[in-house]
Amino acid sequence: MTDISSGRMVRARADRMQGRALDRRPTRLTPAKLPPGVRLLGPAIILIVWEASSRLGVLSPSTLAAPSTAVKTGYEMVVDGSLLPHLAASAARAYSGLVLGVVVGVVLALLSGLTRTGEALIDGLVQIKRAIPTLALIPLVIIWLGIGEAMKVFLIFTAVLIPVYINTHAALRGIDIGHVELARTLGLTRAEFIRHVALPGALPGFFVSLRLAVALCWTALVVLELVNTQTGIGYLMNRARDWGQTDIIVVGIMIYALLGLLSDALVRLIEARALSYRRALGS
Amino acid sequence: MNAHVKNAVVLRDLSRSFKGKTVLDRISLDIPAGQFVALLGESGSGKTTLLRALAGLDDDAETKGHYSTPESVSVLFQDSRLLPWKTVIGNVTLGLRRADGVAAAHDMLKDVGIGDKTDVWPSTLSGGQKQRASLARSLLREPDLLLADEPFGALDALTRLKMQALLMRLVERQRPTIILVTHDVDEALLLSDRVLVLKDGSIIEDHSISLPHPRHEHHAELFSLRSKLLRSLGVEAGNI
Repeated sequence: MTDISSGRMVRARADRMQGRALDRRPTRLTPAKLPPGVRLLGPAIILIVWEASSRLGVLSPSTLAAPSTAVKTGYEMVVDGSLLPHLAASAARAYSGLVLGVVVGVVLALLSGLTRTGEALIDGLVQIKRAIPTLALIPLVIIWLGIGEAMKVFLIFTAVLIPVYINTHAALRGIDIGHVELARTLGLTRAEFIRHVALPGALPGFFVSLRLAVALCWTALVVLELVNTQTGIGYLMNRARDWGQTDIIVVGIMIYALLGLLSDALVRLIEARALSYRRALGS
Repeated sequence: MNAHVKNAVVLRDLSRSFKGKTVLDRISLDIPAGQFVALLGESGSGKTTLLRALAGLDDDAETKGHYSTPESVSVLFQDSRLLPWKTVIGNVTLGLRRADGVAAAHDMLKDVGIGDKTDVWPSTLSGGQKQRASLARSLLREPDLLLADEPFGALDALTRLKMQALLMRLVERQRPTIILVTHDVDEALLLSDRVLVLKDGSIIEDHSISLPHPRHEHHAELFSLRSKLLRSLGVEAGNI
């Protein structure tokens, strides 16, 4: 023991004499934080390569329109009024499904997470629904609800419901046992416990689910707008395919990307405000 | 012992086991109201289990025997258990059933020395400040029995001394019965009226200390008791 430790000391002293020990820092094990905006570098490179290939004639407009063409087409469609009604129709479907899915998902998660009866009745059902792809339900839902709006909103609702339920339920179940014990020793009633301990404790899990849900409602929509409809971004893109208008298809893709990013940013903003206690340190 | 003082805590042959493993083994104990009891024992001796039993926790354990505690019991945990999503004042008034709750909480936070921290998030507090808030939360309920599970165990030595003095000053007014679980023999000697040593789920020693406060740890009576307690805890004095 003594030999080993004294050996180390001798070596450390030798290093210092050679001036190496002062320069030596612990190895950085995690990457340093990116400056703001730098994470857009990847998308920017893709855009430049894409635009350049189109201009050089490598990429034919019948395969894929240039991004600049798509932006121009998108602008023209906004100006001549042919885009907004479709955008509004899509948004109405996506967000009605989203609102329904989030409300029902949270209610089910609360019933299942806070009561034994609820868990016995609800959890198994949701787990089964989770295993069934939304697309597999389309034929049945068409028979039940027809091919109109109700079918589309219903399917978005069932798709959104799952992640909201799973994450909120897990957050309620994963509540800190120390906080439960505290609530008991403070003599909280069940209602007080739910309001002051269980719900705030589950809030971070709920926000994770909300971000998933916001992205999912648009994803589900694209597929559904291929089924018998005369409105919506999905319909617009599908019709453009028949006419070989790749610029309109790219406009549709850009709108989806933009909506996804904006919705996510909005949820994160709300999350940061609701969970402000988390970044209180150092403020 | 004064015959007129009622017993606040009574245990009769209390046993507790978890999945067949006995942690408390037929403990009988009377604690008069207002007594400050320190509970010493090696890790795994059952002292925290005893405290948690009196706090009404661990009801999944198999329990035999009887125990009774006063109506109003408050627990001081080693980790302060402040809810991170409530401000300090929100935490100390949580579940408080007093008409003057908020005003009393402000006074109590001043008393424990964090009167300027009422509206901050717990994550901005130091370990000592968190434990001060936790102490304020407990004492605000004016408990008849205060159960403290190594409340100063995670604090640095200087903060611990300050917190011990603060605890003594505050309980002087309310005079609750106190059971303090601790690893720290000196803490037990300086604070308590009575020291119990727990081993393998049984009380193996029971000493009364009648010295007045504040005490000096070099007092001859404490000094000899200290070596004795250390020996029963498996530490031979003079080994270090």
